[in-house]
Amino acid sequence: MGKRLSFFRRHLRTWVQICFAALSNGYAAGFARGSIYKGSAKLLCVPGLNCYSCPGALGSCPIGSFQAVISSRNYQFTFYVTGFLLFFGALFGRFVCGWLCPFGLVQDLLHKIPFVKKLRKLPGDRWLRFLKYVILVGFVIVLPLTVLDIVGQGQPWFCKYICPSGTLFAGIPLVASNPALQSALGWLFNWKMAVLVALLLLSVVVYRPFCRYLCPLGAVYSLFNPVALYRFRIDAQKCTQCGACQRACPMDIPVQSAPNSPECIRCGKCRAACPHGAICSTLQRAHRADGKTI
Amino acid sequence: MSFLKQNRAALLLLLAGIACVAIGVWRGEAETVFRKAVNICMECIGLG
Repeated sequence: MGKRLSFFRRHLRTWVQICFAALSNGYAAGFARGSIYKGSAKLLCVPGLNCYSCPGALGSCPIGSFQAVISSRNYQFTFYVTGFLLFFGALFGRFVCGWLCPFGLVQDLLHKIPFVKKLRKLPGDRWLRFLKYVILVGFVIVLPLTVLDIVGQGQPWFCKYICPSGTLFAGIPLVASNPALQSALGWLFNWKMAVLVALLLLSVVVYRPFCRYLCPLGAVYSLFNPVALYRFRIDAQKCTQCGACQRACPMDIPVQSAPNSPECIRCGKCRAACPHGAICSTLQRAHRADGKTI
Repeated sequence: MSFLKQNRAALLLLLAGIACVAIGVWRGEAETVFRKAVNICMECIGLG
């Protein structure tokens, strides 16, 4: 029993990720029929990058919804989706990336596959990290707003040309189970498959390449990390600057000096690695030296 | 009290988020999201 509990605790984040992915994609009939859920739950946005065309999806993807509203003829801005982003961001920041995003789970699982040489980060990491902000501004906001067809309708540029989550969770299962869609395959599907395969292969070597460098939703939530209700704190009296936290951090963040870095996905590995218990979250009470909480 | 002080920004953003959702519903944006979400998004799946 104790061993089982310890196993569960050690893999708590993975279990939460699996449960949340299953919960937000719980429309099993969709996978069997090659169709999607059409119920009223789709009025609501889910916190993670979860394509609404996934056969199991019960909610709407905030990035897809954002583009859908601003590229429509009636609106130039979406209060509705921005509200969801503010709500989730203010509560969790990038905790969403680490714990609640289905595509994050896929990358985490792939990174567990042994490989000859794992990389801490890609060459040019410092600059590549800004790419997700460029994609957010360019592909999610500017292009859907400004490139319009003759009836004044834009396109969801990020979903169409980049989103690997849509290809994996929506494109592949729908195309596999729907012969009518198979006959419509073309260069765009091949391009999106190439993006997906490249990112999946890269995930084996580097930890979460999509979240680090490309994800516009991660870019949004990263802005909330320093102020979200869920944050990390360093107890300066306990911290010896030993660097164990940064060595344990899969995103290679200097946690001791930047506990609320925009790159932090709140995986909690730094907290587990700290030999002095100097890192705690805003939800935890700080522990005194005598073991009592304050 | 200290909780409110330490988390003032987050709580304000949280309230702003709820207000934005309400404004969005009032403007009819929720309908647009719903219409897009209940039809297969051809762009998302790579068909066009």
